[in-house]
Amino acid sequence: MAQPTAAVPHHAAPETHHLGFWRTYVFSTDHKTIGIQYAVTGLLFLLFGFSLMMLMRWQLAYPGRALPLLGSLLGEARMPAGIMLPEFYNQLGAMHGTIMVFLGVVPLAVGGFGNFVLPLQIGAPDMAFPRINMASYWCYLPGGVVMLLSFFAPGGSAQSGWTSYAPLADIATSGQTWWLFGMVFLITSSLLGSINFIVTTIQLRAPGLSFFRLPFFVWAQLVTSFLLLLAFPPLEGAAILQLMDRLAGTSFFLPSGLVVSGQALAATGGGNPLLWQHLFWFLAHPEVYVLILPALGIVAEVVANNTRKPLFGYRSMVYSVIFLGFMSFIVWAHHMFITGMGTTMATFFQTTTMIISIPSVVVLTALIISLWGGSIRFTTPMLFALGFLPMFGIGGLTGLPLGLAATDVHLHDTYYVIGHFHYVVAPGTIFGLFAGVYYWFPKATGRAMNETLGRLHFWGSLVFMNVIFMPFFVMGLAGVSRRLYDGGASYAHAQHVLQWNVVSSVGAWCLALAQLPFIFNFFWSAFRGRRVEANPWEATTLEWAAPSPPPHGNFETLPEAHRGPYEYSVPGAGRDFVPQWEAARA
Amino acid sequence: MDIPYTVAARPDTGLNNGKIGIWLFLASEVMLFGALFASYVMLRAGATDWPPGATYLNVPLATLNTVVLISSSVTMVLAWASLVKGDFGRFRLFLGITILCGLGFLVVKFFEYSAKFHHEYFPSTNTFLAIYFTLTGLHGLHVIGGMAVNSWLWGPGSKMWKTDPAHFTNRVENAGLFWHLVDLVWIFLFPVLYLL
Repeated sequence: MAQPTAAVPHHAAPETHHLGFWRTYVFSTDHKTIGIQYAVTGLLFLLFGFSLMMLMRWQLAYPGRALPLLGSLLGEARMPAGIMLPEFYNQLGAMHGTIMVFLGVVPLAVGGFGNFVLPLQIGAPDMAFPRINMASYWCYLPGGVVMLLSFFAPGGSAQSGWTSYAPLADIATSGQTWWLFGMVFLITSSLLGSINFIVTTIQLRAPGLSFFRLPFFVWAQLVTSFLLLLAFPPLEGAAILQLMDRLAGTSFFLPSGLVVSGQALAATGGGNPLLWQHLFWFLAHPEVYVLILPALGIVAEVVANNTRKPLFGYRSMVYSVIFLGFMSFIVWAHHMFITGMGTTMATFFQTTTMIISIPSVVVLTALIISLWGGSIRFTTPMLFALGFLPMFGIGGLTGLPLGLAATDVHLHDTYYVIGHFHYVVAPGTIFGLFAGVYYWFPKATGRAMNETLGRLHFWGSLVFMNVIFMPFFVMGLAGVSRRLYDGGASYAHAQHVLQWNVVSSVGAWCLALAQLPFIFNFFWSAFRGRRVEANPWEATTLEWAAPSPPPHGNFETLPEAHRGPYEYSVPGAGRDFVPQWEAARA
Repeated sequence: MDIPYTVAARPDTGLNNGKIGIWLFLASEVMLFGALFASYVMLRAGATDWPPGATYLNVPLATLNTVVLISSSVTMVLAWASLVKGDFGRFRLFLGITILCGLGFLVVKFFEYSAKFHHEYFPSTNTFLAIYFTLTGLHGLHVIGGMAVNSWLWGPGSKMWKTDPAHFTNRVENAGLFWHLVDLVWIFLFPVLYLL
């Protein structure tokens, strides 16, 4: 079927010559530039959020001891004589979570990879709404800047955890107001982005690219976009209510008779602190899938490409991911089992939680079975993808006891919870994202990243991620609470596991060292890396039909899809891959 | 490099890009107001006593505002229908009336708010007034947003009618869809806050 406006193949000589510096690199409407802007900003925020955690790990390993050198630089209000104040510890904790989730992983996974890869994979010249796409990035960046500036607000940044639970957050210092304004920017940004992704996927697919010929990555991004579109507005509503509480003196989240530091709080009361938790988790549970689905998408692409086999059960994976998207909206209260909800409610939410684990297991199992009988190429992206599978498996399976009310009562708010979701997000999602960086770097820059440095990065990260997070399960099962400023040192029941704090902290600092090869590799390869052709991985999906790097408008001739996305090792074909865009088999 | 289907519908989906985009946006708006209405339910269900709306609010003024806003939705459709028929003059007339109705709504709202402040009814007075000011304030911002878009389409944006009438008609239709949502939210707000 011919497309009315794009039927003429446009021979895209670089069209950037008539755009100036600002329109090409800063206020660009090109999805590839925006994707790279998102990805680089997201990576920087990941590094910053990780640095906050490295500071916290000092306090947890050596409570009350002065931090040499760096400690004195952070000022009397934060670390007098190099010793961390509890208030500053709380700020670091709240901002670590906020930055990692909302400013690091999601912008990199959705804004970065989604923007760069999705239009290319569906054979589109750009996003459906390029200017809205630009606006999305320029809402994200101010949101991030507001979050960073909040450290300098009177009383410091937000310090009520990344969940900003009321009533604590209602009466916190002004940094919380900055946090809320920052979130409004970020929510706007993700709204603009998600509308763009959905419309682009539905409307701009190349001729012949039916929905069941879409690469799994596109499906993952599509479902993710629906989650962002529908789950974020309730948090925006909640943020508005909390802003009213803080600025207009309302009591949406303040119950009657609240006593703070021995004094009755001067507020009308009559509000409901649980309302915040409901609104927050209505976003934040789908958000968990926003964090994981793009990584699953990337891993699926990398696994198919490097096993030289079609994905096992592509259709079941697609159906699973759609079902998972629906279910993620009705599991939120499993974060709230100990808030005093009745057993009927708890039964409902633990049932839905057990149900939602099924599609996740289907997808993960399909990826593992895809390895069976493949002639695996152990490239750096494949190593990260292979690392992802068991790490995400550990993260997912340790979540089951948290989804059952009876076991959750014991484990809730302990280090076990932190261990669980960090296995999902850190060696899970972030490994997926690293796989994506190594996999699509040649497409974005025309140069390959160095494999030796990549291996160094992978093995260092794999080992130290486990050194950091495995002890959390031990500590959590011993009952150590997740939010303790001294890491449990003042509690008798924590004494026999305290040594794990030191192990975990040393692991965190070593993990930082393991990132150095990546940082060097990233910049060095961008300018000095080995030059590559359009399709260096011998892949099948449409992004590899475009030149590396793709010019403005992406494709030299409009691609057409003739087959499914993963035609690897087709019997009788001359090569072990048949690209989607090739009309006749070679 | 042109983006396909900005104006014409894609044959297999039967829709142009903007139409899907605006419906997705409306879906997110429904989730936003839905969350706030759900909050209203939860707050009211947990309250020991809850005043009838008329204790604080002016029902006749709000009824007038309801009529004004519904009328503006009708003129919005008429404006779009005029463009479909190719009558740019009538389009301007009807869109102008729509914008004026929006303005009228805001003026009435302004008098309602000032009366509350005059009686020293503030968001901090009690939870009913808190949710009243929050919901109507957010709705008011949406009215202003819709009026801004409509005014642009009435004024500078209407130049597109000469160069690309089909595209311009789509834009007016999408702006109209948003305006109907603003209207619809009020149709829920009016009974929930003033009558129940």
